[in-house]
Amino acid sequence: MGHTLSVRQLEAWYGTNQTLKGINMEVSSNHVTAIIGPSGCGKSTFVRCINRMHETLPGTKVKGEIILDGESIYDQDPVVLRKMVGMVFQKPNPFPSMSIYENVVAGVRLNGMRNKQNLQDIAEKSLRMAALWDEVKDRLNYSGMSLSGGQQQRLCIARALAVEPAVLLMDEPASALDPIATTHIEELIRQLKENYTILIVTHNMQQAARIADSTAFFLTGELVEHGPTSEIFTNPKDKRTEDYITGRFG
Amino acid sequence: MRQSLNEGQLILIQLLKDMGGEVERILQGCMQTLQSLDRTQAEFWIAEDQKVNDLERQIDDECVRLIATQQPVAKDLRKIISAMRISTDLERMGDLAIDIAKIVLRIEGPLLKQLIDIPLMADKALGMMKQGLEAYSGEDMVLAHDLAVQDDEVDKLYNRVVRDLLVIMTKNPDVLDQGMYLAFVGRYLERFADHATNIGENVIYIATAGRQDLNI
Repeated sequence: MGHTLSVRQLEAWYGTNQTLKGINMEVSSNHVTAIIGPSGCGKSTFVRCINRMHETLPGTKVKGEIILDGESIYDQDPVVLRKMVGMVFQKPNPFPSMSIYENVVAGVRLNGMRNKQNLQDIAEKSLRMAALWDEVKDRLNYSGMSLSGGQQQRLCIARALAVEPAVLLMDEPASALDPIATTHIEELIRQLKENYTILIVTHNMQQAARIADSTAFFLTGELVEHGPTSEIFTNPKDKRTEDYITGRFG
Repeated sequence: MRQSLNEGQLILIQLLKDMGGEVERILQGCMQTLQSLDRTQAEFWIAEDQKVNDLERQIDDECVRLIATQQPVAKDLRKIISAMRISTDLERMGDLAIDIAKIVLRIEGPLLKQLIDIPLMADKALGMMKQGLEAYSGEDMVLAHDLAVQDDEVDKLYNRVVRDLLVIMTKNPDVLDQGMYLAFVGRYLERFADHATNIGENVIYIATAGRQDLNI
């Protein structure tokens, strides 16, 4: 089952530039939550705070609380936290020197798993969940780079799922993909929410409308509006949200 | 910003105005025909309804094009959905207008009385249609809400028309047929006004995303 996230008064800085200005947001479990907003609004910073990646960059600072299942993520070892919070990036990034199989189990191996049968089971289960198994089961030893862009992205999703996270963060996971691969990823996200809590950053309004249960609109580091996707896209409460989703912003 | 969508919305407003103009012209023509009982004119106006139907199809096509190519959401989407609904109402209003011309083809002999309240109903119903379209183009909630008040007036006139006709028919059974036909005309005009309130309801939907019944 997915897990709930509670974000309280979250502030983040790059040097002196404050990119998040006190975000309060509840993220429901087994929900797809889309984060939308113009470039520079803080949406990527927001998801990077949730797995504590933001603070790994020099000159950054974070304030506030993020509670995952009742426990502050800042009380946890970041490495342990990142097992709980998986991330998929905009550009598919399989490890270039590794085979498809090695890519999927890389994280599990790092966590100490050595049993070959267990690793094989995990690889199959993860690839099945990422809807890639049938396409690669006969060439698991091929390089991950031999796959198409859409397949590579599903491989990265399988890699993230292999460590059995509670939350899956996706930063523009389909923006580099063609419409067919995008449909695959969107369908996959829809299925994955049965087991995971998913946050997806997207610039594609229609994609957010298609796949997200709830949508949050960020603007200049603030959360303007967060509600059911059906309401955000039919009758947003805030004029700034309406201006953005209707393309009349700025 | 969103130039293509903005232009498409302006085209829709213009097409709805054009459609309203055609419905107005046809209803006025049909009402004159009812006074003169000119069958040739009645046939002419019945054929004119095709122009209203053609405009409805144009509006439908433009709405489908905008939804498919512009992916409108929120108020933009409500405006387009409402344009489709309003064009359906206007098409029905055109049909009701030519139903009056069809009544002219059935009426035998001179009118049983001078028509007073029926032309008044037609004027009021037409005024409501024009007001509804003005409310749509200007997203004017006040004009939209006022349609409910006017609809009540049209309903009262209709009741008076039917009552007066009943009195005449009771006294003189020879005019029973014509009395029934004129009551039908009253009914068509009352329905015409109801469709005008639908336009107002769409204006409220565009502005608030809420639904309100203006025809109670």
